[in-house]
Amino acid sequence: MEESEKEQQPKDTGHKISRRALLGGAMAAAIIPVSSSFAKYVPTVVPKLPVPIDPTKRIGPGPSKLGKRSPFENPVRKPSDISSRSPLQDFYSTITPADLHFERHHAGIPDIDPATYELLIHGMVERPMKFTLAELKRFPAVTRTCFIECAGNFRTGSEQMTPQDILGLTSQSEWTGVMLSTIFKEVGVNPKATWFLAEGGDASVMTRSIPAHKGWEDAMIVYGQNGEAIRPAQGYPARLLLPGYEGNMNVKWLRRLELSDQPYWTREETSKYTYPVHNKIRMFSFEMDARSIITYPSYPQKVDKGWIEIRGIAWTGRGKITKVEVSTDAGKSWSEARLQGPVLDKAHTYFRHLWQWNGDETEILSRAIDETGYIQPTIKQLIEARGTDIGGYHMNPVTAWRIKPDGVVLFKPESYR
Amino acid sequence: MIKNIIKKRKSYIVIIGGLSIVGLTAFNDGRGMHHQKRSLTDTTKIPAKYGFGRVVTQQEIDKWDIDVRPDGKGLPAGEGDAAKGKAIYALKCMACHGATGEEVPGVKLPAPALVGDTAAKSKPKTIGNYWPYATTLFDYTRRTMPYNLPGSLTDNEVYSLTAYLLSANKIIKPETVLNAQTLPLIVMPARKLYIMDDRKGGPEVK
Repeated sequence: MEESEKEQQPKDTGHKISRRALLGGAMAAAIIPVSSSFAKYVPTVVPKLPVPIDPTKRIGPGPSKLGKRSPFENPVRKPSDISSRSPLQDFYSTITPADLHFERHHAGIPDIDPATYELLIHGMVERPMKFTLAELKRFPAVTRTCFIECAGNFRTGSEQMTPQDILGLTSQSEWTGVMLSTIFKEVGVNPKATWFLAEGGDASVMTRSIPAHKGWEDAMIVYGQNGEAIRPAQGYPARLLLPGYEGNMNVKWLRRLELSDQPYWTREETSKYTYPVHNKIRMFSFEMDARSIITYPSYPQKVDKGWIEIRGIAWTGRGKITKVEVSTDAGKSWSEARLQGPVLDKAHTYFRHLWQWNGDETEILSRAIDETGYIQPTIKQLIEARGTDIGGYHMNPVTAWRIKPDGVVLFKPESYR
Repeated sequence: MIKNIIKKRKSYIVIIGGLSIVGLTAFNDGRGMHHQKRSLTDTTKIPAKYGFGRVVTQQEIDKWDIDVRPDGKGLPAGEGDAAKGKAIYALKCMACHGATGEEVPGVKLPAPALVGDTAAKSKPKTIGNYWPYATTLFDYTRRTMPYNLPGSLTDNEVYSLTAYLLSANKIIKPETVLNAQTLPLIVMPARKLYIMDDRKGGPEVK
């Protein structure tokens, strides 16, 4: 405050040139000729060059319209026919770069013109209405950071699996949009409406039934992701965001909401996204339970004896992570990891635990604990709770990494089903 | 009692007086702006309605409102049967789901099996053993099939395909005609297996 006040003091510039003006002028004069004459030598597409022996002896490319990663860094998603997994092991903190956010589509990515996009809201409302994208953006906006995780986020079977292979169907962004409750008030949602149907504008016209209370609580219609327009793979120009709920319900390319007094039992909540529990089939499992994974060290990394900072992410769909415990002796003892603040609600939380490895073969594990007191279970506990014919949905077991005496890190696959 | 009240009143008056003196001093000091800003923030009002968007006609709603509920709400006019459905299946579904819709050991098809017995424990998860509502079959087929030409089937074709698949799963008789009245009456064998999520949060692993 004092500094800026001083700067605002009128100066006697009429008589002598200030030091700042002199310096600024001299700098500009020095820069302009060099940059303009150099410009024609700066190629727009930089060819693949061998790594310069001494980068201090070679002029690099100049500024560009669109940034890109260092050629030494190559984080990539792993696509299958229907999904694409986030490279969790390549991240240093909790935000997933938008181009590395996991994908799961049911009929590909639709090409939607934001100028003609419209969202329809009808059913148990006073006034059925349509909103253009521009109109959605006129409402008071909210920005929040939270994860989205696919309900089918678990794979096992091989020692040569990375965090990305095991559970790369979770990602986190800073989302911007309008609270669904704001839209609910605008159309006058009937208080007796207990459910709403969300429908996508893709070729599968995908639908999910969602409890109306979630719409009033913290649901959003989002158009922004990590500061820019949401990516097409994530629902451009607008998607539903249901913090903590299974990914499939966060309907992308949202085009219609219908308020109702009952769910619709659509294909995505009956023949899919349901799972056997003993002799029954459980449906409408919405919240994602607490979970964590160590992303460093992990396969295919190799470690050396001595100090190792174990790192990873933990999250829960039911609130905040309160604690992450790490074991470096195959689960015999646990110690508390440090959590990177701020710890956000329904968000990936980064954890770190310092450990001195003596070179003996061991297993390292992590388990998440959330504010409801839930402790991330082992696969054995999940099978005990749900039966042997356990499905692939809502699987959140503790995972272990084996560290071999030569420093090789391998996933410890456990049989399930 | 009365004494107490008088005492309280006295202290009240003293406090008010004190505050107004502080307030005046602050204003005279040129720091009144800060106070003003805070009260502005505190009194911001959210309007009952923003007035954005437009009210739509029933015609506009009907154009997009394609969902179908288990009680039959949303089912369109039209009808179909298994015989007609079998011919459509051969033409538009067989390429992905196989000749009969059943799983063939050793053959990997691009789409899941649709036909299987109705015993709950059989695998894979087919319409016969895993789908709790017949209406869902109509809704899903109409909104997204065939995969290469989504939304191209007529309502009669969808009724026919639904009849064929339910008949192939031995849930309805081959001669049953499906329409908006008959489809919601079908009781699916898997219906009794379904339970709502019974996890309640908290420490329990469930």
